Amino acid sequence: MTLMGWLQIGLMVAAVALVVKPLGIYMARVFTGERTFLTPVLSPVETLFYGISGVDRKREQGWLGYTFAMLAFAIAGFVTLYLILRFQDLLPLNPQGFAGVAPDLAFNTAVSFVTNTNWQSYAGESTMSNFSQMAGLAVHNFVSGATGIALAMALTRAFMRSGAETVGNFWVDLTRATLYILLPIAILITIAFMALGLPQTLDGSVTVTTLEGAQQTLAIGPIASQEAIKQLGTNGGGFLNANAAHPFENPNIISNFINIFAMLAVGASLVYSFGEMVKNRRQGWAILSVMGILLLTGICFIYWAETYGNPILSSLGLDPSMGNMEGKEVRFGQAATALYAGVTTGVSDGGVNGMHGSFTGLGGLVPMFLIQLGEILPGGVGSGLYGMLVFAVLAVFVAGLMVGRTPELLGKKIEAREMKYAMLAVLVLPLSILGFTALSAVLPFAVSSIGTGGPHGLSEILYAFTSATGNNGSAFGGLSANTPWFNTTLGIAMLLGRFAYVVPVMAIAGSLVTKTKVPASTGTFPTDRPLFVGLLIGIILILGGLQFFPALALGPIVEHFLMLAGQTF
Amino acid sequence: MLQSIRPAIAMTALFTLLLGLAYPLAMTGIGQTAFPAAANGSLIVREGVAVGSALVGQNFSEPRYFWPRPSAAGAGYDGMASSGSNLGPTSQKLKDRTAETVAALRDSGISAPLPADAATASGSGLDPDISPAYARLQVARVAAARALPDDRVAQLVEQSVETPLFGFLGEERVNVLKLNLALDALASSPAN
Repeated sequence: MTLMGWLQIGLMVAAVALVVKPLGIYMARVFTGERTFLTPVLSPVETLFYGISGVDRKREQGWLGYTFAMLAFAIAGFVTLYLILRFQDLLPLNPQGFAGVAPDLAFNTAVSFVTNTNWQSYAGESTMSNFSQMAGLAVHNFVSGATGIALAMALTRAFMRSGAETVGNFWVDLTRATLYILLPIAILITIAFMALGLPQTLDGSVTVTTLEGAQQTLAIGPIASQEAIKQLGTNGGGFLNANAAHPFENPNIISNFINIFAMLAVGASLVYSFGEMVKNRRQGWAILSVMGILLLTGICFIYWAETYGNPILSSLGLDPSMGNMEGKEVRFGQAATALYAGVTTGVSDGGVNGMHGSFTGLGGLVPMFLIQLGEILPGGVGSGLYGMLVFAVLAVFVAGLMVGRTPELLGKKIEAREMKYAMLAVLVLPLSILGFTALSAVLPFAVSSIGTGGPHGLSEILYAFTSATGNNGSAFGGLSANTPWFNTTLGIAMLLGRFAYVVPVMAIAGSLVTKTKVPASTGTFPTDRPLFVGLLIGIILILGGLQFFPALALGPIVEHFLMLAGQTF
Repeated sequence: MLQSIRPAIAMTALFTLLLGLAYPLAMTGIGQTAFPAAANGSLIVREGVAVGSALVGQNFSEPRYFWPRPSAAGAGYDGMASSGSNLGPTSQKLKDRTAETVAALRDSGISAPLPADAATASGSGLDPDISPAYARLQVARVAAARALPDDRVAQLVEQSVETPLFGFLGEERVNVLKLNLALDALASSPAN
C-alpha cells in the first residue's frame, strides 16, 4: 500500500462528494416535474414518446399499477432481447457472421440484461454481433437502470406525500430517467472515452502484422458508447470478455477513473435527491455517510489483502513487493484495482478491471460480501436507494423495540405491515444465494464446472449465485457457467433478486404513501444523526452480512489459511 | 396490467430506436470524425503496415525483443479471446504455470528476484505494459541478442518508462510494443 494509492482512492471520494449535490438537486427537479436546462430540448421528445405510447402523463398510478407497468415493460424487453439474440444471424450489423445464440444462453443473457445484472456466460467478442450489442444489450443498459431509478422515486414519493394514494407514473419516471439523466451523461462520457482511446466503429475486427511477423486480429466495435452506459447505469456487462481489464474498454488511468466515477455518480446523487425531495437534506447526508463508511472499509480491506500478495507464488521466486498481480493489469496496479473491485460490488455494477477469481482469499471475500450486503453502497442506480431504505425501515423498527415506541421514519409510522414486507424483501437474498449454492455444491454435473478445486471451488459457485441474485454480474471466472444448469438457475436467481425484491418494496411504498405524516416530537428517534448512522451500519452488517458468514467461512476464509500454508488444489 | 401492454411495447420500440440505433450511430459518427485513430483501434503503422495497437499487447518470444507478461488470451495475446487465467490463488495449475515461467526466465539469464508481473497473467490477457523493473531485467538479454551495448538498451528502457499522471494517478509502466519499435528504429539508424 502506497501513499500514491491512497491519494487515488481519496481523489475518487472527493470527486463523488463534489457531484452529489448538483446532480442530486438536478435529479430531484427532474422527478418533481420542474423545468431544467434540458427541458427545451427534451420536452418535445418526451411528448412524442407519451403520444405514441398512449401515456397520459398527468395520470398517476397506485403502487400496484406502477408495479404492473414496470413488470409489463420488463416482459416486453425480455421477449424483444431474447428474439434479437436468437436470430442475430438474420439481423444486420453482424460483420463476423456470428450464429444465433443458443436458447439457454439467450434466456440467461436476456434475463441478465433486463434485471440490470449483466452476468455474462458468453464472451462478447466471439458471440455477439454489433446489432445485438447496440440494439439489444445496450438498450437495456439504459432502461434497466432507468427502471431502478423510477422505483426509487416511487418509494421516495411515499415518504414525501401524506395520506395520498398514488406513487407516480412509471412511464413518465422511466422516460424522464432515460432522457434527462442517463442519455445526456452517457453522451458526455462516450465522447470522453473516445478521446481517451476507446474504439467506436461498426467494424468487427482489425488485423495487424506483429513485429515478429504473426497475424493478430483485434476485436473492435461500438465500444465507447456501450462502455459509457454500462458504467453509468451500473450494469457492468462488457462489450469484450475481459471487461474493463481489456485495453479497448479501459486503456488508461483516466478512463479507469471515469469508469469508477460513472458507477458511483448517479447512485450516490440519488440519495441526495431523496433528502431534497423529503425536505431533509441531513437525512440524505446521513445515509450517504453510512454508504461511504462501509464502502471505504471494504476497499481498504481489498487493497490490503491484494498488496499482501500470494505467498505460494512468492515461494517460487517472485518479488512480493508488487502484491498479487495474477489477473491484474500493470497500468492499474493494486490501488486502482482494489478501488474498482470495491465500487463495482458496492454498487450493482459488476464490471471489473481485474479478475476477482484470481484475488487472494480475503481479497475475493470482500467483493462477494459487499454484494451480499445488498449492494447499497451506494448501490445500483435507484436499487441502491430503495435497498438502503429497506434497511432504514428495519433499523428504526429495532430502535423502536428497544424503547417500546412505535417507530417512525421521516414522519411515517412503521408498523407490522411494512415490517413484513421488509423482511420478505431481505430474505430473498439468502434464500436464493444459499439455496442454489447448496444445490450446486452437491450436484455432480454442477460441481464439474468448477475451475479451481478445494475451498475456491465453493467460492466460485457462491460468488456466481451471489452475483446473480444481487444483480451484480461480476464473477469468479474459473466457473464454466455456460451450461444449461447454471444458465437456467442463475437466470432464476437474477429474476428473484430483482423482482421478488422490488414487489415487497413497492408494497411498502403503497402502504406508506397512504399514511398521514406525524410531526416529530421529543420522543421521535432522529434518523439524521450520527447515532442512527451507527445503528444502520450495525443492522446492515448483522442482518445483511451475518447470515452469509458460515458459507464465507467455508470458502474464502478457509482458502486464505490454506494459501498461507502453501496448500494447492 | 392490460392498459400497460401498449405503452410497454411502444416504449420498448421507441427506446430501441433512440438508444440502440440513434445513440450509438451518432457516437460512431462523432468518433470517426473527431477521433479517427482512436475510434479504429489506435493502430501503429510502420512503413505502411499496421504493426499493432498502441493500447493492446502482442506476443514477443524472440530474445532480441522485450517480452510481455504471460497471457491467458487464447494461445497468448489473442485479440479475439481476451481473458484472464481465472485461476484461484490456491490453484495447482497456477503454481505449475508460474514455476514454468520462472524457470524459462531463469534460463534466459535472469537471476534476480522477479517482479510479480513477469510471471503472472494479466486480467485481459492483452496487457500492453510491463513494470520498469521487469524491463530492466531483460536489458542484458536483448542487448546481447542485438550486439548492442547494455547501457544503450538500458537508456532506451528508461526513456520508455511512463510515469503516473500528476505523480500519483496510475502506475509506472513500460509499453512493450512501443519499446520494441524504438529498439528496431535504433538498430536501423546509423550507429552513434
